Amino acid sequence: MNDIRLQVMWNRLLSVVEEQGRTLVRTAFSTSAREAGDISAGVFDVQGRMLAQAVTGTPGHVNSMARSVKHFLDRIPAETMKPGDHYFTNDPWMGTGHLYDVVVTSPAFHKGKLVGLFSCTVHVVDIGGIGMSSDAKQVYQEGLRLPIMPVARQGVVDEWLMDLVRANVREPVQVEGDIYALMACNETGERRLSDMLAENGLDDLEMLGEHIIERSRAAMVAEIAKLPRGSWTSHMRIDGMEAPIDLHAKLTIAGDHIEVDYDGTSAQSAFGINCPYCYTDAYTAFGIRCIVGPEVPNNHGSLEVIRVKAPEGSILNAQFPAAVNARSTMGHMLPDVVYGALDQALPGRVPAEGTSNLWNLKLGAGQGLTGPTKQPFMVVMFHSGGAGARPHQHGLAATPFPSGVKNVPVEVTETVAPLVVWKKALRDGSGGAGQWRGGDGQVMEVAHRHGEAFAIFATFERVTYPARGRHGGEDGARGVVRLGSGTALKAKGMQVIPAGDRLVVEMPGGGGMGKAG
Amino acid sequence: MRTRLAVDIGGTFTDLVLETPSGTHSHKLLTSPDAPERAVLEGTEQLLAKAGVSPGAVELVLHGTTLATNALIERKGARTALITTQGFRDSVEIAYEHRFAQYDIYMERPAPLVPRALRLEVPERVAADGEILLPMDEAALDAIAETLKAKQIEAVAICFLHSFTNDAHERRAGEILAAKLPGLSISLSCDVCPEVREYDRASTTIANAYVRPLMDTYLARLQQGLASFGVGAPVLMMMSSGGLCTVEAARLYPVRLVESGPAGGAILARQVAAQNALEKVLAFDMGGTTAKLTLIEKGRFHMARSFEVARAYRFVQGSGLPIRIPVIELVEIGAGGGSIARRDALGRIQVGPDSSGSAPGPACYGLGGEAPTVTDADLLLGRLDPARFAGGRIPLHEDRAAAAMAPLGAEGAVGIAEIVDETMASAARVHAVENGEDTAGRTMIAFGGAAPLHAARLAQKLGIHRVLVPKGAGVGSAFGFLAAPIGFEVVRTRYMRLAALDAAVLDAMFTEMRAEAEAVVRQASPGGALLETRTAFMRYRGQGHEISVTVAPGSTAESLYADFVEAYRGVFGRAIPGLQAEVMTWALSLSEPVPEPEVLAPVPALPAPAPLALRPLTDPADGSTREAAVLPRASLLPGTQVTGPALIVEDETTTVVPAGWVAGINAAGQILLEYTP
Repeated sequence: MNDIRLQVMWNRLLSVVEEQGRTLVRTAFSTSAREAGDISAGVFDVQGRMLAQAVTGTPGHVNSMARSVKHFLDRIPAETMKPGDHYFTNDPWMGTGHLYDVVVTSPAFHKGKLVGLFSCTVHVVDIGGIGMSSDAKQVYQEGLRLPIMPVARQGVVDEWLMDLVRANVREPVQVEGDIYALMACNETGERRLSDMLAENGLDDLEMLGEHIIERSRAAMVAEIAKLPRGSWTSHMRIDGMEAPIDLHAKLTIAGDHIEVDYDGTSAQSAFGINCPYCYTDAYTAFGIRCIVGPEVPNNHGSLEVIRVKAPEGSILNAQFPAAVNARSTMGHMLPDVVYGALDQALPGRVPAEGTSNLWNLKLGAGQGLTGPTKQPFMVVMFHSGGAGARPHQHGLAATPFPSGVKNVPVEVTETVAPLVVWKKALRDGSGGAGQWRGGDGQVMEVAHRHGEAFAIFATFERVTYPARGRHGGEDGARGVVRLGSGTALKAKGMQVIPAGDRLVVEMPGGGGMGKAG
Repeated sequence: MRTRLAVDIGGTFTDLVLETPSGTHSHKLLTSPDAPERAVLEGTEQLLAKAGVSPGAVELVLHGTTLATNALIERKGARTALITTQGFRDSVEIAYEHRFAQYDIYMERPAPLVPRALRLEVPERVAADGEILLPMDEAALDAIAETLKAKQIEAVAICFLHSFTNDAHERRAGEILAAKLPGLSISLSCDVCPEVREYDRASTTIANAYVRPLMDTYLARLQQGLASFGVGAPVLMMMSSGGLCTVEAARLYPVRLVESGPAGGAILARQVAAQNALEKVLAFDMGGTTAKLTLIEKGRFHMARSFEVARAYRFVQGSGLPIRIPVIELVEIGAGGGSIARRDALGRIQVGPDSSGSAPGPACYGLGGEAPTVTDADLLLGRLDPARFAGGRIPLHEDRAAAAMAPLGAEGAVGIAEIVDETMASAARVHAVENGEDTAGRTMIAFGGAAPLHAARLAQKLGIHRVLVPKGAGVGSAFGFLAAPIGFEVVRTRYMRLAALDAAVLDAMFTEMRAEAEAVVRQASPGGALLETRTAFMRYRGQGHEISVTVAPGSTAESLYADFVEAYRGVFGRAIPGLQAEVMTWALSLSEPVPEPEVLAPVPALPAPAPLALRPLTDPADGSTREAAVLPRASLLPGTQVTGPALIVEDETTTVVPAGWVAGINAAGQILLEYTP
């Protein structure tokens, strides 16, 4: 098999997972999927190694899904899998880090033989329990937990199981719709894979899979070989919930791999901001891959050269039954921690710290929040503060990094929820000064359409400890969460905006780079 | 048959086609960017002389131009200001708060067409349901008028929140400014793009305002020029939707002209499909810089509500400016004859999206280009005759191509051809799946200078066994204009849950939309029957993407739901039981029916004439090289059967007939390639 043939088939496999992913975005109900393309979809070999992923989706899902398929194979041996089977889980430690993410993995057969697995993930609209809050103290309070198990056997969906799911979530029809969308997405992948194998006269994915993994691994190793060898450490303090959190990283560049060890990091929190290891691994690897070999496709080969360690029981390797709902609060901070060390190894190659954590406005009203109302609602508005300054470029204003979500238009939010956004503007001067300025945050002012009370589920960071500048660049402005009438609100947890008042959110700015002037 | 003139101004060439009762004539000349009407008038004069037709005999002029597109790409539009609801002037800069290139920390979003200093705010607020929450501060507009005057603003876009539901403030603001500043070009978002999503609506309205003064003066000069030359015929403009409108409408909504060239190409493909009684078609247009693929089902295009112009980052979705107008849905890829190839960090060959353009052009042009391109690969594979390229006007240098290719290794030319075809195939497959369609089993219609070179191999990759190459493929868009209907589409966002659907409200809205469309269409088509299509863009409650559903006369909530479920199953394979549906947007399109062309009669088979020459031709499918017969297209009579490997050559392109394929000439002189393994 010559090189061009292999390359063409590799490209074809990428197009297979792209089709798989687009099917999911088009049919999903989850806001993050449909507005932000925040899904993951990929194809795996029979050993559970990821060969290709759709370029939609954000890194937290993709890289943790890459690990998840191995857990499926451990629980459901390959030889027991049958065509038309679909398996699922939302276990934070087996899937992608919190109960909201449902992972569906499905075997792919060609000419009667198991040739690979397709897997995909979506953040569902609701999973029961305490809802979108970080206030829970155990994962049990956060909602329904589905261990790895079949959801469909040989094409027949387990209706009793679906009943169980429906009975435990607030939006049963939409959640069921998302599970169907996940299965359909993998079915699309399986059909296309079979077509591709037939067209190329292949019986399985083995040779192509080896080629992809080997090529990608070798390319990453070659990139790593260009870097200086050694170990560097960094520390970043962030707000946390009941107490500040210290994130420590030791980065080691060895001959053929990079290791990040989070030894010394704070212990897990009493609240739902804990991060399971899979999600820690995912965002750490993503942060490094943005700097080292960003052109190398993301798969088992390119990911296996990045090794991540986090002490058990630390907030970055939280243990069952810790609450983990807002695990992205920690995960999104990890590239900044890693860059603190990488900047010493590779000066002038990494950005300054940014807002990093998403400043999503999770708002609602109704029973158990503000009391009974004629118009109960629950809405998530995706928004971001400023990103860090880059080497030789200003930071991006009001743009997420490392997450890759998109915002929800104000007019769409106001159509589906009784809210009025009175202001959404760049927050001038909030980006840290410097030779290259940090990105500005933004200011939003939100009121209830009819002056009623409404609740916010806050999971904000950079309110006490700002995004720091690098090489003499100044820190970004701290975030502010308050009432229109002036009273400060807490950066985390459920709180009520009283009737007639407004919510004002001033999102943080990114850190600057180099001395100003 | 009437005497009609079609003119398509492209970035490099201006194409003209004259259709007369006695035959069709075409002409091509270089575009004159400083005054585009000059090339049009010169070309018209030359073409009329060539055809022996007097200017006064021309009954209708059909026109499409990239002028608006180029002004947006090159940022050479009017000095434009934006007026927004207080608190929202930054919306167009904040855009989607999105990083479209996930792993690139250096990514930049495109800057808005209007800088912050020219984005002005007015205290006012309309709620989502249209209720006025804050009356407009009219005194603030007085101050704004002073600012616009002081800054010598030529055009202004006004975009207030929810103006698509209640336009009172926007209209009043427009009136106040018009009264104070006569001559100012004003575009209201409730006219240009009355649809939900403030960033998309503002982006579209700004683009309209930005190109309007330019298009206005150009169209006036063109009409004067044509009239002074004796062509007094009315001029109709080609829109991105595939319909034609009057110059007057085009001067109000020039943003609707942006994708007129690709629309013309798609219409040509639909015409060819009808002549050959083809139900499922993939139109494939490949030029120097980009390739475009369009799906056609039973004579109908998939229509989209939006697209992006001026994608600044490797053609990546999200790196351009969103434009929300009715547009024929097509996928555009940075893959053309001039696309440059290289090896990436993994040693893989990558092709495009950067292009060598027309200067310096591919290495084989010998004009200074040193990077290997798709055209260089085509030459080295034997697909192009170095002495006959562009009718012999551009001699090709095989040694230059080979030298440029050397760094890619022995398999460079095969590799480039395979990768560029695979890239286009991937884009076509993903595009098909997004429209609930498949590429396999379709007929491909290939036009544009580079398409007939790549069509057969691309077809194989897509499970397609039939390829048609129309005549005059080099001036395809202009030919398409001749087959376009006069028509206009009006769109309204009016959010409705099906359960709460009010038939009276719906009826009143469609009546209003019909009147608006008719006002435009009747200018160009005063009498005659008009075809009306009503469409609802629907989704299940809670979803984020809509699908289009035709609204039949007398539709009820129940029948609409049934039609939606049927359409949903068609696109996604399965419906979701028990879930409610909702409508976000409604559209009404009105057009003059275009007569279907006659289906071509079969012709008796003729053997191929003796080849002009034999050339070694490499087939990237298996890497083998075999002698291919070279045949001039002009020498092939209807009925001629040519067995591959063969090359059918003409001035503008070469049709590659690989081994395993047979080419037949049909009654209209079109080449039909069929795969017969």
